[in-house]
Amino acid sequence: MKRFLRHLRYVMSENPVTLAAFSLFLLIVIMALLGPAIAPYDPLATDAAKTLKPPGWQHPFGTDHLGRDVFSRVIVATRLDLGIALSAVFLSFFAGSALGCSAGFWGGWTDRIVGRISDTIMAFPLFVLAMGIVAALGNSVENIIYATALINLPFYARVSRAETYVRRNAGYVNAARLCGATDARILVTQLFPNILPPMMVQISLNMGWAILNAAGLSFIGLGVRPPDAEWGIMVAEGATYIVSGEWWLAMFPGAALMAAVFCFNLLGDGLRDLVDPQRRT
Amino acid sequence: MDAQPILRIDNLSVRFRTRNGTVDALKGVSFSVAKGEVLGVVGESGSGKSVTAFTVTGLLDQAGEACAGTINFDGMELTKANEAELRELRGREFSMIFQNPRAALNPIRPVGKQIEDVLIQHAQATRQDAKAKAISMLEKVKIVEPYLRYWSYPFELSGGMCQRVMIAIALACEPRLLIADEPTTGLDVTTQKATMDLIRDLTREQHLSVVLITHDLGMAAAYCDRIVVMQKGEVVETAAVRDLFTAPKHPYTKKLIAASPGPSSKLDDLTAVLDDNTSHQPSMTRTINSGADTGHLLEVVDLVKEFPRRDVEMTGWAWPVKKREAQVFRAVDGISFVLKRGESLGLVGESGCGKSTTSSILTRLMDPTSGDVIFDGANVTSYSAQQFARLPQRMKIQMVFQDPSDSLNPRFTAQDSIAEPLKRLLKMKGSKQIDIKVEELAEKVGLEKALLSRFPHQLSGGQKARVGIARAIAADPLLLILDEPTSALDVSVQAVVLQLLDRLRCELGMSYIFVSHDLNVVRLLCERVIVMNRGRIVEDGLADEVLSNPKDDYTRQLVSAIPHFEPGKL
Repeated sequence: MKRFLRHLRYVMSENPVTLAAFSLFLLIVIMALLGPAIAPYDPLATDAAKTLKPPGWQHPFGTDHLGRDVFSRVIVATRLDLGIALSAVFLSFFAGSALGCSAGFWGGWTDRIVGRISDTIMAFPLFVLAMGIVAALGNSVENIIYATALINLPFYARVSRAETYVRRNAGYVNAARLCGATDARILVTQLFPNILPPMMVQISLNMGWAILNAAGLSFIGLGVRPPDAEWGIMVAEGATYIVSGEWWLAMFPGAALMAAVFCFNLLGDGLRDLVDPQRRT
Repeated sequence: MDAQPILRIDNLSVRFRTRNGTVDALKGVSFSVAKGEVLGVVGESGSGKSVTAFTVTGLLDQAGEACAGTINFDGMELTKANEAELRELRGREFSMIFQNPRAALNPIRPVGKQIEDVLIQHAQATRQDAKAKAISMLEKVKIVEPYLRYWSYPFELSGGMCQRVMIAIALACEPRLLIADEPTTGLDVTTQKATMDLIRDLTREQHLSVVLITHDLGMAAAYCDRIVVMQKGEVVETAAVRDLFTAPKHPYTKKLIAASPGPSSKLDDLTAVLDDNTSHQPSMTRTINSGADTGHLLEVVDLVKEFPRRDVEMTGWAWPVKKREAQVFRAVDGISFVLKRGESLGLVGESGCGKSTTSSILTRLMDPTSGDVIFDGANVTSYSAQQFARLPQRMKIQMVFQDPSDSLNPRFTAQDSIAEPLKRLLKMKGSKQIDIKVEELAEKVGLEKALLSRFPHQLSGGQKARVGIARAIAADPLLLILDEPTSALDVSVQAVVLQLLDRLRCELGMSYIFVSHDLNVVRLLCERVIVMNRGRIVEDGLADEVLSNPKDDYTRQLVSAIPHFEPGKL
């Protein structure tokens, strides 16, 4: 653990962009964990006397058409958005790398079947596919997660297949065989840890997509339903007020969304450096 | 020889910027190459040989920078030349042959076109006559059917052919200086000889100066006029070949010469002048077990391994592709031999001769097509590779792999790697007990305790080789298969590792099967050798006899292709 922290500090000092991304990530995580506790107002409390107030000292991000505090809603929404993205990404990461690793390791029919499945998924316009899944399975947060996980699965399967394939006859794999290790054991203990660095980049990029995807689905009215605070819905609700000059309704949740996606995209390299032992000197 | 040297390097220093500050790759290197001379630059990895070559050609990595000194090429100052001037010189005035010919050629362009590119770049040919010139170059480097080969892609050619194409590209514009950076690593000895002979003949014909960079003293001795010995970025000795080998002055040169195995050297000679040699006692006299407990440890009977052929012809896009009669390629074609207890047997041959397939079958990583392997009284081929993994015999056959970097999991520390067989094969529990055993094994192979917590990339080649050996002997095997364990190592490290292997065999009473392409190395460690060619055994006999008096034509070719220096022959 101590070694890991030292390595973390090294990676941070090496690259200021990574440091910025990690700080932003930390902020997002704090907002997600403590959301309701640190929000100055109740995100659902309406106040007819204070509708559509521009940003000011009392309401830094202004209030919406029902008098709810936009700042509080942006903070509280973090948990939901991050939760959807994280669970979707981890679902597709585990399922995708399990499929991809087996395909790369055993080849043959496993490879063909996994390959064609992911080709089939990729053949659809992914966002439309996600819309279809949510519409068919029912309008709930879980289904958004499943839909997002499914459309991201091929990316993990492909990366992990390629990475496993080049390593499947490496000397250390044969050495493990000589130690009597079974195929499954070799996959889990020898190969999987070695394909983590490229997968980390994929995870991080995917987090951004997943957040956008969840927000996008909510924006068109699928998944999260009002009055729940969620960045996509808030942008959707605020969009109608932009013409009449109340820009803060859509801009602040939109900015939060952008910052989150930006942060995850930058995080990738840092995460890779963090899990790659060759960077440890 | 001309008085005016074609290339003179004076006090050259090169520095690399890395994350841990700057590293001095070259520290005041000076040497010169006369016209028509072949100069050998010899040294082990990290000695700065390649950096010197790259600095001269201006191909140095971004992070590197020549911070002092001058490079004078026929009156022109190269360190001050700009990129455009260098580009003009490269290829026309001096050119370079790289280590890995396959990587140096563009994989998606026919080789003939690649030769044309150089010719047209330097205005040595017009679009009309480029093709004819390229073909004549292919002819010059002795590629058969140059008209057909003109359209070949690099992947369709063998390693030796690719290197010939590289030579053709390098010599196409008739440069005056050729820099060859380890031109034959990765090639078989017979191909190596053919390639080097070709370079020598062509360069003599064109009165070229050659800088031959190599780690192989034997090759330098055979092909060079003068030799520069480098160590850690410095030139330690420069001398004519004969003087260098008969009267080396610098201790490092002496060490290198001693460590290179020749046809008559003994294992102890290799490190005779090694300063850090403390652990090795003069080895016990080889006991060829001829006494009571002989019995065969391993018996291989008529072993055959067939692979399906991949290159089934498909004519164009003809739709109903008929599955042709499954063609097979026999990698191992009915070989039989026996191995006595405590004996060490060399398995020698060039790439593609089936020696690696044989060792994979013996370690039961691969199933043979037919034939039997009888190990310690039991027929191990009657189990599939998967079943065998669970048998007690599993731990009795272990292997040391060719590339020590590739055979260690980059995410495992040395400790983890050595502990793996203990946990899996010996079912040892309790981290304390395992730690003690790992330390014991590390001591046996001469690996410092402090290094155990390091990851493979933090270890040197020799240290990685030791980790690999410690892992292989962890479960007390009866048979150890050594698959070219030293081919990726420097000669001085190779010497130490060979001695270590010899000592371990005496101490632990193991049998070895030593797979290698280098007869000289095999002879040091093995009593008996088997020479394989195209899946068959062509010769089987005592090592010294096979080497000194080969009976088969192929063996003779193999023996004569190994470059070495013999004081009498210089």
